[in-house]
Amino acid sequence: MVQTGHDASTFAPPLEVKEMELYHPKTFLGKYIWSQDAKVIAIQYGVTAMSIGFVALVMSWLMRLQLGFPDTFSFINPSNYLQFVTMHGMIMVVYLLTALFLGAFGNYLIPLMVGARDMVFPYANMLSFWIYLFAVLLLVASFFVTGGPTGSGWTLYPPQAILPGTPGATWGIILMLISLAFFIIGFTMGGLNYVVTVLQARTRGMTMMRLPLTVWGIFMATILALFAFPALFVSAIMMLLDLTLGTSFFMPALVSMGQQGEHAGGSPLLFQHLFWFFGHPEVYIVALPAFGIVSDLISVHARKNIFGYRMMVWAIVAIGVLSFMVWAHHMYVSGMNPYFGFFFATTTLIIAIPTALKVYNWVLTLWRGDIHLNVPMLFAIGFIFAFIHGGLTGLFLGNVTVSVPLSDTMFVVAHFHMVMAVAPVMVVFGAIYHWYPKVTGRMPDEFLGKIHFWGTFVGTYAVYLPMHYLGFLGVPRRYYAVGGTDFIPESAQTLNAGITIAAIVVGAFQFIFIYNLIRSYSKGKVANGNPWNATTLEWQTSQTPPVHGNFGEKLPSVYRWAYDYSVPGVVSDFIPQNVPPSDVVMEDKGTQAGRGSTS
Amino acid sequence: MNIFQTITAQPWYVEQSIIDNQYVGRSSTAYAKKIALRVFLGVVAILFILMLVAYAGRMGYEDWRPVPQLKLLWINTGILISSSLAMQLAQYAIRHKKMDAMLLCFLLGGSLTIVFLFGQILAWRQLSSMAYFDITIPAIGFFYMITGVHCLHMVGGLVAWGKTLTTLLKNVDIAKVQNGIELCTTYWHFLLLVWLVLFGLLFAGDNLDLVLRLCGIR
Repeated sequence: MVQTGHDASTFAPPLEVKEMELYHPKTFLGKYIWSQDAKVIAIQYGVTAMSIGFVALVMSWLMRLQLGFPDTFSFINPSNYLQFVTMHGMIMVVYLLTALFLGAFGNYLIPLMVGARDMVFPYANMLSFWIYLFAVLLLVASFFVTGGPTGSGWTLYPPQAILPGTPGATWGIILMLISLAFFIIGFTMGGLNYVVTVLQARTRGMTMMRLPLTVWGIFMATILALFAFPALFVSAIMMLLDLTLGTSFFMPALVSMGQQGEHAGGSPLLFQHLFWFFGHPEVYIVALPAFGIVSDLISVHARKNIFGYRMMVWAIVAIGVLSFMVWAHHMYVSGMNPYFGFFFATTTLIIAIPTALKVYNWVLTLWRGDIHLNVPMLFAIGFIFAFIHGGLTGLFLGNVTVSVPLSDTMFVVAHFHMVMAVAPVMVVFGAIYHWYPKVTGRMPDEFLGKIHFWGTFVGTYAVYLPMHYLGFLGVPRRYYAVGGTDFIPESAQTLNAGITIAAIVVGAFQFIFIYNLIRSYSKGKVANGNPWNATTLEWQTSQTPPVHGNFGEKLPSVYRWAYDYSVPGVVSDFIPQNVPPSDVVMEDKGTQAGRGSTS
Repeated sequence: MNIFQTITAQPWYVEQSIIDNQYVGRSSTAYAKKIALRVFLGVVAILFILMLVAYAGRMGYEDWRPVPQLKLLWINTGILISSSLAMQLAQYAIRHKKMDAMLLCFLLGGSLTIVFLFGQILAWRQLSSMAYFDITIPAIGFFYMITGVHCLHMVGGLVAWGKTLTTLLKNVDIAKVQNGIELCTTYWHFLLLVWLVLFGLLFAGDNLDLVLRLCGIR
C-alpha cells in the first residue's frame, strides 16, 4: 500500500487563495434585512418563494374545486378560473421553483460547499434578492388592479394575452410582463454571482471534479438560466411594446366585431419560438439543481459513493446543452414543417439518454447501499419514482405522432406535473429536511416528516395518475367546464371529483411540514454540526448554524472528492473532504488515505 | 489544465488527489469582475442574437418592408468607433502610467458616448417625422426596440464609466482604477461590435437578406 500524507498547503503557494473582504454589518437591519451574507439572502429567497408558492397552491385548490365540483362555487367564474390557471403556473415555475433552487439553495450551499467565505459580489447578491422581491410584489399587485391578473395561460400567448376579452388584458398583463423583466434582471445579478463564485472562489484543493453534484447542478442550471432568460426578456419587452406603443411584433391584423384592429403584420408564432426557447431550458433550470441535490441526498443516506460521478457531471452538462435544442416540441400543433417536427422529436428523444443515465446511477448508488430510510432519503426515493414516471410519459409527448392527439389534454398536465412539479418538490422537501439542521442547529421532527412524506407521495400519485387517464379520454386542459361532451363519459366527472379531494388532502399535508419547521426551530433536538455524517464542507464548519464568513479563522483545504463513504478498511464510514490522509484512521493500521488507495 | 482534462479527471484515485491537492482554487487567473463581465457579455450577446433572429424570422413574411436608411446612423457609427478608440487609448495610457493622457482619453470616450446617444435620439426623431413612419410596420418597431436596447446598455456602461471616473478623481488606488478602465474598455468594444453587426446587417441596407440568401437560408 503506497501512501503519502500530502498536505495541500505544502503545495499551494500561501497567498494564492486571497481572503475576501467581508462586509460586517453592525445593526439588526444590516444583518438581517439589507444583508449581504449569502446565507441570510438564501433564507430571504426561500421564505419569499414559499410564501408566493403558497398563494399558487391555494389557486390550484380553487381550480380543482371548479373541476371536481362544477356549478357549486359561485365565486369561481370562467374569468377567474383562467386567472388561477395562469398565475398558478407562472408562480410555481418561475417565482417559486427557480427562485428556490437557485436563489435559496444556490445562495446557501454554493459558498459553503466550495469553501468560500461568501459570494464574490455580496452587494449585487443583496440587490438580486430585493429586485426579486419587487418582481413578486408587482405580480401580487396584479391581483388588485382593474381587471385582475392576466388569464392568458402561463405561456402568455399573443394575440390572446393582450386582446380585450381575455381577463387582465390591460394592467394584469402589463404588471406580469414588467414583473418578469425585473425578475430576470434580479436573477442575472444573482446568476453572475453563482457562476463566478464557483469558478473563482473555491478553496484550496477544491477542483471542479471534487465539487459535490449539488454545486454542479446549480452551476449548470445558472448558466442555462443566464442564456435562456434573455429570450423571455425580449419577448416580454416586445409584447409590452405591442400593448403600449402599438407596435406589431406579435400582433397580426385582426378584425373584431367588424372593426379592423390597430395592429398589422405581427407574428404570434415568433412569440412562441422565443417563449419556448426560454421555456424548455426552464424545465432543466429547475431539474438540474434537483438532480444534483438528490444525488447528494442518496449518496449521504445510502452511505455510498455516488455511482458514476464523472458520468453524472457529463450528463448534467449534456442535458444543459441539449435543452436548447428541443424547444419546438412544445409547438407540434402550431403547423410546423414535418421535417422541423422530426428534428425536434429526435433531439427530444436524445435528451432521454443522459437523463436515463442519471436515473440508472441513482438506482445503482442505492444498490447494496447502507440505506437509512430517514425523511430526506424517503423524499429522494419519491423523487426517483415521480421522475421516472414523468420521464416515461415525456417519451409519449416527445414523439410528434403520439403528441398531436394528446396535445392540450389533461395527459400533458399530468406529465409535466409529475416531471416538473412533484419530482422537484420532492427534492425541495428532501433538501430542506437534510439541511435544516445546518440552517437552524435543530433537527426536524422525524415522525412528522414521515407523515408529511407519505401524505405527499401517495397524495400526488392519487392526483396525477388518474389525470393521465382523463387525458387519454380527451378531457381538455384549461377548460372551465366541459359541459355535456359526448366523447367524455360521465365517470370522468367522478374521477375529477376524486382528484380534487386528493389535491386538497395533499395540500393539507403541507401544513404538517410548515408546523414541523416552525416547531422544530425552537423545540427540535439540538443538532451537532454534522448529524448525517456527511463529507461535504458545509457540514465541517466550526459553528452551526455557520456564522458570517462561514469557516472561522482559516478556510478549509480539500483533500478528496465529496463521496468518500464506506471506504474499505477505514474505521469511519465517511471521510470529510477537509480531512488530510494523515488523519484517516484505518481498521488495522495507523493512519491511511481514503478511497482509491493504491496497492 | 484544460477543460477536457478537468472533466475527465478521476478524483477518487490517490494519484489524482496528489495532483488535485496542489490546486489553488481558481479556474482562471483573471480577477472576479473580469470573469463576471465576460459572462455578462455572453448574456447580452444572446439577447441581441435573439433580436436579430426574430428580425430575420419576420423578414420571411411577404409583407416585409425594410426600415428606410438614415445617413445620420453612419455619423453615429463613426462617433461610437471614436469613443471605443478613446477607451482603448485610455487603457494603453494607464498601463504605461501616462495618467494625464489616460484621463483625457477616458473623458473623451465617455463624452463621445453621450454624443452617440444624442445622435441616436436624433435618428429616432428623424424616422418618426418621415411620411413613411408607421409604428405598426414591424421593421420600424424592430429599429426602435433594437437601437433602444443598445442605447440602454450604453447608458449602463456610462454608469460604470462615471463610477470609475469618481474613483479616478479621488486618486485612491491605481490598480482599482486600471481594473475599472480595462472593464469599461472591454464593454465599449463589445457594444461597438454589437452595433456594427446590427447596423451592418439591419440598418445600413438590406444586408441581412443578402447574407441569408448567400447562406442558402432564403
